[in-house]
Amino acid sequence: MEEELYKQNILDHYKNPRNFGKLSACDAKERVRNINCGDDITLYIKFNKNKKVEKILFEGVGCAISKAAASMLTKNIKDKTINELKNISPENIYDMLGVNISLGRVNCALLAYKALQEILEKYETRN
Amino acid sequence: MKLLDTEKIKKDFPIWSDDKNFVYLDNAASSQTPESVIEAIKSYYTSYRSNIHRGLYKASEKATLVYEEAREVVADFVGAKKKEIIFTSGATMSANMLAYSLESSFDFKAGDEIVTTITEHHSNLVPLQELARRKNMKLKFISVDDSYNLNYEEAKELINKKTKIVALSHASNILGTINDVKKIAELARKFGAFVVVDASKTAGHIKINVDELDCDFLFFSGHKMCGPTGVGILYGKEKLLDKMNPGFFGGGMVLDVCTTVAKWRALPSRFEAGTPNISGVIGLAEAIKYLNKIGLENIKRHESELISYTISEMEALPFVRLLCQKTPGKNIGVVSFEVDGIHGHDVAHILARENIAVRSGFHCAEPLIHYLGVSNLTRVSVYIYNNKSDIDALVEAIKKSQKIFNSK
Repeated sequence: MEEELYKQNILDHYKNPRNFGKLSACDAKERVRNINCGDDITLYIKFNKNKKVEKILFEGVGCAISKAAASMLTKNIKDKTINELKNISPENIYDMLGVNISLGRVNCALLAYKALQEILEKYETRN
Repeated sequence: MKLLDTEKIKKDFPIWSDDKNFVYLDNAASSQTPESVIEAIKSYYTSYRSNIHRGLYKASEKATLVYEEAREVVADFVGAKKKEIIFTSGATMSANMLAYSLESSFDFKAGDEIVTTITEHHSNLVPLQELARRKNMKLKFISVDDSYNLNYEEAKELINKKTKIVALSHASNILGTINDVKKIAELARKFGAFVVVDASKTAGHIKINVDELDCDFLFFSGHKMCGPTGVGILYGKEKLLDKMNPGFFGGGMVLDVCTTVAKWRALPSRFEAGTPNISGVIGLAEAIKYLNKIGLENIKRHESELISYTISEMEALPFVRLLCQKTPGKNIGVVSFEVDGIHGHDVAHILARENIAVRSGFHCAEPLIHYLGVSNLTRVSVYIYNNKSDIDALVEAIKKSQKIFNSK
């Protein structure tokens, strides 16, 4: 029997997403979409002067996996440095979710991660 | 009895001998393929494999004969002449080829207009967007009303003397609404605009007659009507195609070729550059024969009955919101919906775990999704092998998804 995807933590983060909202005074903002299924997430990050994540929020619409992943990711990366952010891999995201992500759900699981990657790339170029 | 004998029909499809409980409700994405179509394709590859229109040997003569017979079958299927049927690799290619061909054959000026609908599939819409961009034409959209019918009154305002092309789908792949193409064509005729019909959702589900629709061009794919993938057709009125330049060039469509220029062949060869999907065309003809045996009127009745059942069963679920044509006779066999508090992607995944195939997302019609004010829709689309127990399984699975998301 297929392992349960919709575990307690996934549903909790989906129904009560942490750090959900718009951050007007941000240093970086990135919108990413899964065009096939309609997941649409915007990530906002404010770095402090030590280049650590001071504030992080996300908003948007999405499936349970994409929203839970965004919620968990924002919770986990607060206070991390840019270098620590750069070291996050897709495997870390799957571990964080704690469920088996099938091929069809990879884009959902990695949506907020993708936004983070875009932010890191653009932030590097700017600074 | 309005419903088809689906147990008997399923026996014609090898996929159900492997997985008897597969509930396939994603026919708007693609359909299943009957054994007779697979056999026809196999027969080409095993017993007369060769190119067409070229060889003098038996295999090539047979391939040419079968290919051209297929053209006759398609022509009859839509009520056209043989030379008005062009084989392509699918509806999308037909739409693109047509756009390029119209552009190079007729004089479109800056400020000319194209009228289409807000419900179009990207395969019909994007080629028109590109044509409009290249020629500085204005693209206008007929909207839908609260019952998900086209706003025919609005169409009267939008179609005017500047309109050069009116392009619309015969039925919406999200709303299910079967459009009154003839009504729209009447408006287009007043101003001499070309009428282009995307019949991808209706071919093989209801009868198509190009004269009754009063269209100048029409296209559809084989794979949504029990045919193989990679084949489709483009119909064009002979008197128009005759004066049109092709959109694709290559071997098989030229008369005289010197180093710098070529003359085009007659219809329909002019529009069939290169080696076509020969087995695909053969398979398509076989699919048409298969569906004709069942009878298109019977298919229409079956789908109307099934959609009526689907709508009433799903309307009984308070946490489900239907966004589709609710008059069964006007619905091509599509029900799109939202489930409260559960994203369509999760609904589709949970259904997939129950061996039920549906689709969730934009369905390649993003303007319509935004117009409807949703972020995603889950879609059920029926065909000849679906029955009420498929719908019962669907409803149970939707209830299950509710339990999963609400229990914790």
